Amino acid sequence: MSRLFKASVSENKELIKNHYLLTLNPLKKIKKPEPGQFFMLSVDKGLDPLLKRPLSIHRLTGGNLQFLYRVVGSGTNILSEKKTGDILELIGPLGKGFPFKKTQKNIILVAGGLGIAPIFALAETLAKIPPPAPPVLLFQGARTEDEVLCIDKLKSIGIDPIISTDNGTLGEKGNIVSVLKKYLTRHSLPVNRYILYACGPEPMLKSLSSLAIKHKLKGYIALEQHMACGLGTCLGCVVNTIDGYKRVCKEGPVFPIEKIVW
Amino acid sequence: MANKKTADLKVNLGKLKLKNPVMTASGTFGYGDEYSEFIDINKLGAVVVKGLSLKPKEGNPPPRIAETPAGMLNAIGLQNIGIDSFIKKKLPFLRQFKTPVIVNFFGDSIAEYVKTAKKLNAIKGIHALEMNISCPNKQAGWSIFGTDPKVTFKVVSEVRKMTDLTLIVKLSPNVTDIALMARVAEDAGADAVSLINTLTGMAIDIKTKRPKLANITGGLSGPAVKPVAVRMVWECYKSLSIPVIGMGGIISAADAIEFILAGASAVAVGTGNFINPEATVNIIKGIKSFMLSEGIKSIKDLRGSVKC
Repeated sequence: MSRLFKASVSENKELIKNHYLLTLNPLKKIKKPEPGQFFMLSVDKGLDPLLKRPLSIHRLTGGNLQFLYRVVGSGTNILSEKKTGDILELIGPLGKGFPFKKTQKNIILVAGGLGIAPIFALAETLAKIPPPAPPVLLFQGARTEDEVLCIDKLKSIGIDPIISTDNGTLGEKGNIVSVLKKYLTRHSLPVNRYILYACGPEPMLKSLSSLAIKHKLKGYIALEQHMACGLGTCLGCVVNTIDGYKRVCKEGPVFPIEKIVW
Repeated sequence: MANKKTADLKVNLGKLKLKNPVMTASGTFGYGDEYSEFIDINKLGAVVVKGLSLKPKEGNPPPRIAETPAGMLNAIGLQNIGIDSFIKKKLPFLRQFKTPVIVNFFGDSIAEYVKTAKKLNAIKGIHALEMNISCPNKQAGWSIFGTDPKVTFKVVSEVRKMTDLTLIVKLSPNVTDIALMARVAEDAGADAVSLINTLTGMAIDIKTKRPKLANITGGLSGPAVKPVAVRMVWECYKSLSIPVIGMGGIISAADAIEFILAGASAVAVGTGNFINPEATVNIIKGIKSFMLSEGIKSIKDLRGSVKC
């Protein structure tokens, strides 16, 4: 089954300044995405921008796909102007998602900024696991109170995140990794009973990775990278790992946290 | 049927016979497996695989790509799995199709080019070789293979001695006189030339003041380079007696036809595969319907027919 398909825009809602929730209705039956997987979205039929944009799946609602994105450049700017009924071309789901099915461990989720997009997808999927579902703890960081997204949706699935903001307007002041670090130290958690899943900006993932290695905490992170094909052929999106360069679109975007060379 | 209209898309490149003139450009189609989900590989004129070397290559550090207006820069650095892995793991997949497989390859010395060609020549299921002498992202010094006519002549003629497969030489646009380089390749025994490889370019992030690519410079591809490529194909066509394979920014049948009018015997789709994984088959369909609507019986009648 070809993963190339068209979808119509059901809604493209600005949540806060520059942050949008895009709901798409696929015009054909598609493969169900796993949390952490992504789609390539064409934002325009013209030649600039030329390439499709990779966006990780945020939520499945009915048969619809939801993406949470921030306007960062020309592609996302054009995407933000899409109206209900507009047709986009997509490829997906692509890449490897978060491996979680057999985990019996306590789960620590860490999301920085828009990293909540795939982390929420994972949280919602975990919440649907029949009891006894693994306990989930979510650490969510953002620049400001406004940018702490998905709070209500998280509450509806029984998750009350531990929050930090850069300016201290909500939760602790500072970055979310130092909040997690304090938590780990204070609770002296038996690390082999915990597993980590994270997504966020590179500096956050980098410091999270050294924290995880220091505490011998195992886990997975979802990475972001510019992509051309999204299919594994162009070799444009590689990341350096202890096993050499790996394609974010194919071997990733989710990697074991200890594998990445920062 | 008496009124049945036909369009003959068949073309020859040396001994190699293609059912239509549309190929994939090396480095944009992997080894075919990823794209077989989107298109029927049997429909392609030929598959040109990602450039191979004797030993696997790691390639350049990331970031390796940057989008530019109507184009993209890449500095992959010829990362590849090496010839042995290709033969063992990738070629069996490609052998099941009725589409010729053209292996793009490169070396870091004349001796390496020769050794690689010799090895590939003996492998069943490889129908032609495309010598890459024109990657813009190799270390300083490597570019002489594609920019110094004496070195080009030497490396092409040495490789020619090693293979009786159709030998295509992929030319660099980063030269003053591409027709001269094409004639050198022809004189050295090439059966065809392909052009253009990417144009060396650069993009800078104005906030960080750093180049957008770790390699600093990269190769520009996509619709932005098309007029340059069409011009170079036309210059080579006028100057050669061997076939020219045209590429550079082809994303539609109209683009492909433009190259054919400029003199291309065949065309290759590169960055177009990234924009739409079905681009190649759409282009084949589009060329055919253009020919039918214009009453052109054979694609050969279009070749080089630009009225200047």
